[in-house]
Amino acid sequence: MAEISLEQMTDTYADVLKEIGNIGAGNAMTALSQMLNCKIDMQVPQVKLLDLSNVATIVGSEEQLMVGVFLGVEGDISGSIMFLIELKSAKVLLKKIMMGYESGLPMLDEMEASAMQEVSNIITGAYLNSLSSLTNLVIYPTPPSLSIDMAAAILSVPAIEFGVLGDKILMIQSQFYDEVEIDGYFVLIPDVDSYKKILSSLGMM
Amino acid sequence: MGEIIKVGMADLKTCKAPDGLITLGLGSCVGVAMWDPLSRIGGLLHLMLPDSKAINSPTTKIEKFADTGIDEMVKQLIVLGANRSRLVAKIAGGATMFQIQSRNDIMKIGERNVQATIEKLNQLNIRLLAQDTGENYGRTVTFFPETGEFHIRAIGHDNKII
Repeated sequence: MAEISLEQMTDTYADVLKEIGNIGAGNAMTALSQMLNCKIDMQVPQVKLLDLSNVATIVGSEEQLMVGVFLGVEGDISGSIMFLIELKSAKVLLKKIMMGYESGLPMLDEMEASAMQEVSNIITGAYLNSLSSLTNLVIYPTPPSLSIDMAAAILSVPAIEFGVLGDKILMIQSQFYDEVEIDGYFVLIPDVDSYKKILSSLGMM
Repeated sequence: MGEIIKVGMADLKTCKAPDGLITLGLGSCVGVAMWDPLSRIGGLLHLMLPDSKAINSPTTKIEKFADTGIDEMVKQLIVLGANRSRLVAKIAGGATMFQIQSRNDIMKIGERNVQATIEKLNQLNIRLLAQDTGENYGRTVTFFPETGEFHIRAIGHDNKII
């Protein structure tokens, strides 16, 4: 199999990701709306290929407070997946899920953090499930780890993993609305071999 | 007060006092401030990975790595008029943002970045005057070659100057 770089595989892969993102996000929203017992609308996810140097611009500014949940991906492919959401949006979402409970803290208390991990589990799980059923690969996530910090600091983790592959990072932005607009972001980071496996299992290589 | 120049991820900028340099939200990346205290010419490098030789994918960004990035910074500082033998450095960053047990290699990248940076500085005989590294939180750093002060800001932690 010929060596391919992230840049070369981007066009096809971006299409694949977009489609998987669409299905995955759809499943995730269904799960979330069942949990919240209300209707949630979403937009078509946008797949963005960004330069490493301005990766944080997608979420607004570098110092924007974000909640990042990071999960390892294991099975037939390996890598990691990250779900990001603005702290403000996260609080709105959590308050709904936790039936009005809010800690009032500047960050999140233990209960909220735990609920946030659960939400991220559901959302990334739905995403990985679509990827798994489309590719027939066995894919499962490791337990989540949560961090609340500046956007750039959180994004440095996936950026570094992409940095091993090239100078760009692929991000999927999915917007969903409830009463308020909530921006969520996915970063799926397969290692080089896993890219090949995903593409070849879809008959694209 | 001079201008404050922004340094992105995998990026390097140099300046002369009274200008300063800032990089926002260092996570596992390392920020290396280097300057000549006499000419007050300084640079700030935002590196992401320890070793350019460990990676075989093509890259145009030599600023991404500790080894090639620091070499490039020294070169640019000398071009600007800094004296090579007077160069000193301070570093910050290299945090572990997420704790995942099964994937230690990637998760320890912050630590490895710090280690590689210190090794490279030693190898070039550039004295490391101070460091604020590790832990589990992001840092915004501002560097002033005028005084050599390295200002560090983090969420939920007191501001400090090293």
